[in-house]
Amino acid sequence: MKKITSLAAVSAIAMGMASGAQAASATLDAVKEKGFVQCGVSTGLPGFSNPDEKGNWQGMDVDVCRAVAAATLGDASKVKYIPLTAKERFTALQSGEIDVLSRNTTWTQTRDTTLGLNFAGVNYYDGQGFMISKNLGVKSALELDGAAVCIQSGTTTELNLSDYFREHKMSFSPVVFDTSDQTVKGFEAGRCDVLTSDQSQLYALRIKLANPDSAMVLPEVISKEPLGPVVRQGDDLWFNIVKWSLNAMINAEELGLTSANIDKMKESSNPGVRRFVGMEGPKGSGMELSDDWAYQIVKQVGSYGEAFERNVGSGSPLQIDRGVNALWSKGGFLYAPPMR
Amino acid sequence: MIVNDKKLPDLPPPASTVGLVGWMRTNLFSSPTYTVLTLIVAYLLWITVIPAIQWAFINADWAGDSRDACTSGGACWVFIGARFNQFIYGFYPETEYWRIDVLFVMLAILIAALVYEGTPKRGWISAFTLIVFPIIAFFLLYGGSFGLEVVETHKWGGLSLTLVLALVGIVASLPIGVLLALGRRSEMPVVRSFCTVFIEMWRGVPLITILFMASVMLPLFAPEEIDFDKLLRALIGITLFQSAYMAEVIRGGLQAIPKGQYEAADALGLSYWKKMGLIVLPQALKIMIPGIVNTFIALFKDTSLVLIIGLFDLLAIVQAALSDPKWLGYSIEGYTFVAFVFWVFCFGMSRYSQFLERKLHTGHGAR
Repeated sequence: MKKITSLAAVSAIAMGMASGAQAASATLDAVKEKGFVQCGVSTGLPGFSNPDEKGNWQGMDVDVCRAVAAATLGDASKVKYIPLTAKERFTALQSGEIDVLSRNTTWTQTRDTTLGLNFAGVNYYDGQGFMISKNLGVKSALELDGAAVCIQSGTTTELNLSDYFREHKMSFSPVVFDTSDQTVKGFEAGRCDVLTSDQSQLYALRIKLANPDSAMVLPEVISKEPLGPVVRQGDDLWFNIVKWSLNAMINAEELGLTSANIDKMKESSNPGVRRFVGMEGPKGSGMELSDDWAYQIVKQVGSYGEAFERNVGSGSPLQIDRGVNALWSKGGFLYAPPMR
Repeated sequence: MIVNDKKLPDLPPPASTVGLVGWMRTNLFSSPTYTVLTLIVAYLLWITVIPAIQWAFINADWAGDSRDACTSGGACWVFIGARFNQFIYGFYPETEYWRIDVLFVMLAILIAALVYEGTPKRGWISAFTLIVFPIIAFFLLYGGSFGLEVVETHKWGGLSLTLVLALVGIVASLPIGVLLALGRRSEMPVVRSFCTVFIEMWRGVPLITILFMASVMLPLFAPEEIDFDKLLRALIGITLFQSAYMAEVIRGGLQAIPKGQYEAADALGLSYWKKMGLIVLPQALKIMIPGIVNTFIALFKDTSLVLIIGLFDLLAIVQAALSDPKWLGYSIEGYTFVAFVFWVFCFGMSRYSQFLERKLHTGHGAR
């Protein structure tokens, strides 16, 4: 732990030196000059960032990168993806190797306040959940007293789990595995009654079962894991661009805009839509972007809803329910400030 | 009275001592203990090998392009097929695959020419392979001149990246290792202590730590304008790490050469470099072949550690492919494929080293 703290201190110092030398919009200038956005993604997380057969990156986190590229450069394909492991990700951002980190990173106080980083919003509300075999007949996590729980080692999952069970005065016996493949095999072989992980990953793990329909994900969520894109501190303009690229995707869904209908909707008289596509209102002036920046995002990447269904929802094998990631008006948490 | 003046034909040996039956009697069932052991082992093989063969071949699916093609319950090699190009070329642009193909072919021809005894001018070919070929390879892979499009290193991946890492490591670590080994046995205190400290420092640290330092710490200390390529950092780390190991293998060989050889060379009035180059090293390198190849094989497999710094070598790219929602759950097929490819390369190196040992064996010591 001490080592991690000192590493963070070193990072923070280095960060301080780096940010001191930067002008207000150094990142945007650099991006425009290079002609691409450098985006840190994971080395492979189903539905969030993974390469497809052709080697193109796809996923929820990748779509954030593409949205930023569409807003700044007008072309969603102008992204250079830098795959990063969990340990490298913050250093890569601090050292300027990447412009935005979009790598299923949980927004926490420590990360936001001590690493010289800013979280630009939340593109997926995740949380730790449970997957059980259907024939166990359990309907709620509160019935899990005395259960054997499969966990992947080295993650905060274990801590959340023991907190939850202690809080509800239940006991459990942990069965710890190294990798997600082993965890699934352990679950399948009956080494444990229940498997715990972040909900978004439970769906991916479920596909790995020989018979995915035999297992179900329980409704309880025992931890908050808001995932979102991260930028360096000290470049507020760039921070705003990333923040509003994400907001634009959410607002687009609220306005009913999709990549398919935006050209038609552009002609509509709805003032919200007209402001969105840059016909009136604030346009891109405050962010040094072109007037149609939000239009480009929706045209090339799509609204948040489209991205969700395509990558993790009904259009993907993962089949994740919108759940709390639905719009605020539909019972979820997604709420983007208005664009005016 | 019958006198047979012709030699009777030899009777064949008893049926129980020849052929398959005989072999089995002497090797598998020669005593009750062996019989029991044989039966146990046969049973174990039966319950493991048969299902494995059934899984890998008989029940396997070979053709198709999506997971829907995998219905027969065995291995789904469709996954490997669908991703094969990615496993070989990584994220290299598809239109530029020919550049890697050209290199593969060149490399294969050069290696074949070097392995085959009868090739004329093998010395020149090996010099070409070690000095000119890496330069050609760099310009072909990276591009940027001769009208070739630049392909940045973060797009390199798969087997081609594994080979780049391994070949650069092998080609660079051997000479550095020789120099370090000679330096460690040098009588000049500065050279000796430098080499000793270098070797002990690099050898005393796990490769993972070195890769982490190279990828996580270095960028923090380097000025922001200098964008030190991640692959280059990893290559330097691997090379220096392996040359420290190589140095110790070579030092072992140097110490095995009898003192008389050194003294004889001195008596002839040879200079230090001539003594080493003409007398000591040729003998030493020969007896070190198993050790050197052992290090090479270890290096080849160690290259897969670069996955922890986000470089997509063969193993890492298979893992990344496994995270595609469309192909979730085919990890056994993926890992089997990786293991097979690694085995082919390592076994090839091992066989070549045995061949070299036999060829260069000139009767020193017992065999």
